Amino acid sequence: MFDNVWLIPLFPLIGFLINGLFGKAIKEEKVIGGIGALAVLCSFAVACMTLFNIISLPVHERVHNVPVFTWIKSGTFQADVAFLIDPLSCVMLMVVTGVGFLIHVYSIGYMHGEEGFYRFFAYLNLFTFSMLLLVMGNNLLLMFVGWEGVGLCSYLLIGYYFHKKSAGDAGKKAFVMNRVGDFGFLLGVFTLYWWLGQNHGIWTIQFTELAKHAELFQGCTLLTVITLVFFVGATGKSAQIPLYTWLPDAMEGPTPVSALIHAATMVTAGVYMIGRMNFLYIQAPTTMMVVALIGGATALFAATIGTAQNDIKRVLAYSTVSQLGYMFLAMGVGAFAAGIFHLMTHAFFKACLFLGSGAVIHSMHHALHHCHSHDDAQDMRNMGGLKSKMPLTYGTFLIATIAIAGIPGFAGFFSKDEILWQAFANPHHGSLNILLWAFGACAALLTAFYMFRLVFMTFHGECRITPKAKDHLHESPMVIVFPLIVLAFLSVVGGYIGMPKILGELLGGIPNYFEHFLAPVFEFSEEFTKAHAHVAGHHSVALEWGLMGLSVLIAFVGIGIAFVLYVKDTTIPAKFTSAFPALHRAVYNKWYIDELYDFLFVNPCKALGNFLWKGFDVVVVDGIVNGVGSIVMGFSGILRYIQSGYVFNYAFSMTLGAVVIVAFYIFR
Amino acid sequence: METLVMPAINFAAIMPETILSIVAMVLLLLNVFVPGEQKAYLAYLSLIGIVVAFFSVVSGWNAPLPMQEGFNGSVLQDNFSLFFKAIFLISAGLAVLISDHYMVKEECNYGELYPLILFATAGMMLMASGTDLMTIFLGLEVLSVSLYVLAGYNRSNIKSNEAGLKYFLLGAFSTGFLLYGMALTYGATGTTKIAKIASAAALDATLSSNPMFVVGMLLMAVGFSFKIAAAPFHMWTPDVYEGAPTPMTAFMSAGPKAAGFAAFIRVLMVAMPTLKADWSDLLWILAVLTMTVGNIIALSQNNIKRMLAYSSIAHAGYALVGFTAGNGEGTAGILFYMLSYAFMNIGAFAIIILVGKKGEPNNNVEDYAGFGVKHPVLAMIMALFLFSLAGMPPTAGFVGKFYLFSAALKSGYVWLVVIGVLNSAASCYYYLRVMVYMYMKDPVEEFDWMKLSPAIWASIAISAVGVIVPGIVPSIILQLAQKAILL
Repeated sequence: MFDNVWLIPLFPLIGFLINGLFGKAIKEEKVIGGIGALAVLCSFAVACMTLFNIISLPVHERVHNVPVFTWIKSGTFQADVAFLIDPLSCVMLMVVTGVGFLIHVYSIGYMHGEEGFYRFFAYLNLFTFSMLLLVMGNNLLLMFVGWEGVGLCSYLLIGYYFHKKSAGDAGKKAFVMNRVGDFGFLLGVFTLYWWLGQNHGIWTIQFTELAKHAELFQGCTLLTVITLVFFVGATGKSAQIPLYTWLPDAMEGPTPVSALIHAATMVTAGVYMIGRMNFLYIQAPTTMMVVALIGGATALFAATIGTAQNDIKRVLAYSTVSQLGYMFLAMGVGAFAAGIFHLMTHAFFKACLFLGSGAVIHSMHHALHHCHSHDDAQDMRNMGGLKSKMPLTYGTFLIATIAIAGIPGFAGFFSKDEILWQAFANPHHGSLNILLWAFGACAALLTAFYMFRLVFMTFHGECRITPKAKDHLHESPMVIVFPLIVLAFLSVVGGYIGMPKILGELLGGIPNYFEHFLAPVFEFSEEFTKAHAHVAGHHSVALEWGLMGLSVLIAFVGIGIAFVLYVKDTTIPAKFTSAFPALHRAVYNKWYIDELYDFLFVNPCKALGNFLWKGFDVVVVDGIVNGVGSIVMGFSGILRYIQSGYVFNYAFSMTLGAVVIVAFYIFR
Repeated sequence: METLVMPAINFAAIMPETILSIVAMVLLLLNVFVPGEQKAYLAYLSLIGIVVAFFSVVSGWNAPLPMQEGFNGSVLQDNFSLFFKAIFLISAGLAVLISDHYMVKEECNYGELYPLILFATAGMMLMASGTDLMTIFLGLEVLSVSLYVLAGYNRSNIKSNEAGLKYFLLGAFSTGFLLYGMALTYGATGTTKIAKIASAAALDATLSSNPMFVVGMLLMAVGFSFKIAAAPFHMWTPDVYEGAPTPMTAFMSAGPKAAGFAAFIRVLMVAMPTLKADWSDLLWILAVLTMTVGNIIALSQNNIKRMLAYSSIAHAGYALVGFTAGNGEGTAGILFYMLSYAFMNIGAFAIIILVGKKGEPNNNVEDYAGFGVKHPVLAMIMALFLFSLAGMPPTAGFVGKFYLFSAALKSGYVWLVVIGVLNSAASCYYYLRVMVYMYMKDPVEEFDWMKLSPAIWASIAISAVGVIVPGIVPSIILQLAQKAILL
């Protein structure tokens, strides 16, 4: 039934090989882009079939390991190339291939005429392949291969414009920060494997096997450490405090990359990983608290920065960090299904937003280029009034913005509200719940504000570029607009498959399809929570309604503030900044976190590196290496002389060898 | 009157050899009628022969015992020999693919090349499936005589002449040792059949301490060591490899070396398990010497063919590590390694052929400066082969070395493995040096070569796949190798 799932990662791999090896020779952009997009479309088709197959099975037969081949086998250690097909990986497959396909199509238009067009599509396909390995791998090692692969592709694509120093630096920053996280991930794999094998004789890194033995971890003192180091990996990949600073810089990459890798898929890998190992996390209350707090804090913290940025992509980048924070908040309060649900809806609307911003930038760039202006095409202060010029982009962008702001009826509302409710009502964190909820609610307010600030600054009001340039603004071609429309559509309807319980009951008993679908994956955690909950998690329905109303109100308040500040009376922001210059500067400069990291880590590391290089490496290491090297080379030179070239010398050496051997055996 | 008993002939057991020999003889006849510029047709015909022989090898896999045995027990086409035959055929096929290009360039495109390659391959096959010392010797001579000619094939080139002559003289000399060893073994046991030698030694415990038997083993080991180029019987290798036409160097380093191992393994492990304590000591010493001598001298080589010659000595040393282990894992490791080595070494030589000019004035490492800039794809593939030779993952070279060393560890040879790993580390120097020149130095002169023929592209592509796929999915090859061990 699932015998063909290996095709899903195979198609993008083939696409990568074709474009990577022959792309330069093919030259024709339509062919290259077509191959890239077609590869992902094929994967999407197989993924759809897989999803239907899974749905057609009874609920308890929905977890399948599909072995492909044995990869490494050494003693008790075995790692297969095998795929895990269950509801969770199906959801991820749909997101990665579905949204991925749309972004591939978009890129054909967006990257038109760029140097290294084939390189872009090769990397994009390689990324898709790695991401699919990550979500489909049935063991930690294969997941890690994907985990590293997406990191590599992210690095390559951030630095796509490698002749720009800022792009190269951003790539390096992303790579180094991810490495810090990856180290945590590896430590987690080692410790987990060792502990389970050492104490229970079960040597495995396979998810289903681990899940089967989940009870064994009860009372494992190391579990907190294991889950925490895995979480360190997640903070690196998913840009959470303290390893989030690479993501805003990653906006140096082309916009489709930001949409695919740095919004919809790769950065959600950490969330997926926790979801995949929920049975471990649920048993480590301390870790759960850390995850929830870091998630909530990141959601709020990044949102504050987002309010003061002027670069359209940077606003979206901080928004992504903030939304990822929501997902971790959900994971930390044990609302795994809600977190994955938000992952999915976020992929829809954030991809739509990024692609929309790309369309805007594209158009702006084009217009500015035409009248030889050197203004920044990404700075919202140069935009304004684009609504009439780019109606389709505006429409889709607005829908996605409403979705992320959490207005009822749109996808973001359902997922975000579920998370906020769970943060408030979960049985894990006692009185901390109020704080977690407050984090989320404040972040929601800020989100509504800065997103509408972005919309108002970009699409409404007066156009702030020269009239001459303005004439060159135009709507993007269909290949760019089509993905926007599909994603906007999904940003609306995507939420209805995960209707909150009380809303569903009100509307005549519509169940939360999404949560039911994922239930088999999170079964253990559910049972565990029921058995170990501190408080009987019973809250009144009235309270839930009240909180839902409150979060809707918050969203409208945020939009209202943005409306007043950026449409009604546009002088207020300037007055505000002059009234609180220090605050504005701090927010505008991202709370000086980059500078702090430079001071705390980067500069000391550089100094240490310099010392090790000039003091230790050059003198000690090179001395030893060169010394050994010259001794060996000298020896090698001597041995060379024995190789005289004369046959009789060679024959003599053979005879001598034979005589010595025989003599040794006879006289020993 | 006694009836004449016909020996039990079973042609199925020598089917691949038969096919190759017939094709080779047909080619010899055809060669007379094929004009000089159309010798490539002979290459195609010989490829067809190789492919057909390969199918017969595949169809013989896992055959029942009566189908394997032939000629009154002088040959046994078991999985072990079939695996080796596949290696020989792959080496021969790749060698044929890279030959035409080279021979045209060097203007020595005489058609005899292809029949000689086929005869050599048939000889190797007999060595692998021979279960009688005489059969093995026969195979070895068929192989050697063909190789002497092939080494000196470029008769207008003085170095090639020198290579052929040196190889012939020293080869004849080493054959003396081998034959003497066989004679002593016959003297001690009264038989040349491998199975009977084993049973004789098993029945008579005193035989293990009989000097005649032990010295017989030792002298045969010397003879085989010459064939696999183990130190201190390796000295012909650099001169012959450097002087021989490059495609033949590639061929010699892959096929005949594997054939030497095939016969060596069968003789020691099947015929003389009673002397295991003796021969594993000997192999230990040979392995250490071979690895170390090969690697250390390779460090200071400038000519890339000569460097790969020493490298091939070192690789024989690694394989000897697996042989020393004396267990099934070790044998499977050797099988795996010989196959991988055929791919990576012939692949590397194919690229050397492409870079080399007529008369090979530019085979030095310095001549590869800037190769990575001028020909990025070929340089990348060359880097792949070099990485594999150096034993880095995810290439077949790494996996093969891993199996060899882990087999030795299993048998408790910790120090041997330590020495092997150190050697492997040292070898990175000279492999990576080529890469440094390819990628980090500016080109000195233009790379001008003849148009790349599809044949040479095919050989490079096949080799690259043969290096990468077993590196990532080792189990497919390893499972076959495990079914092919002798024990």
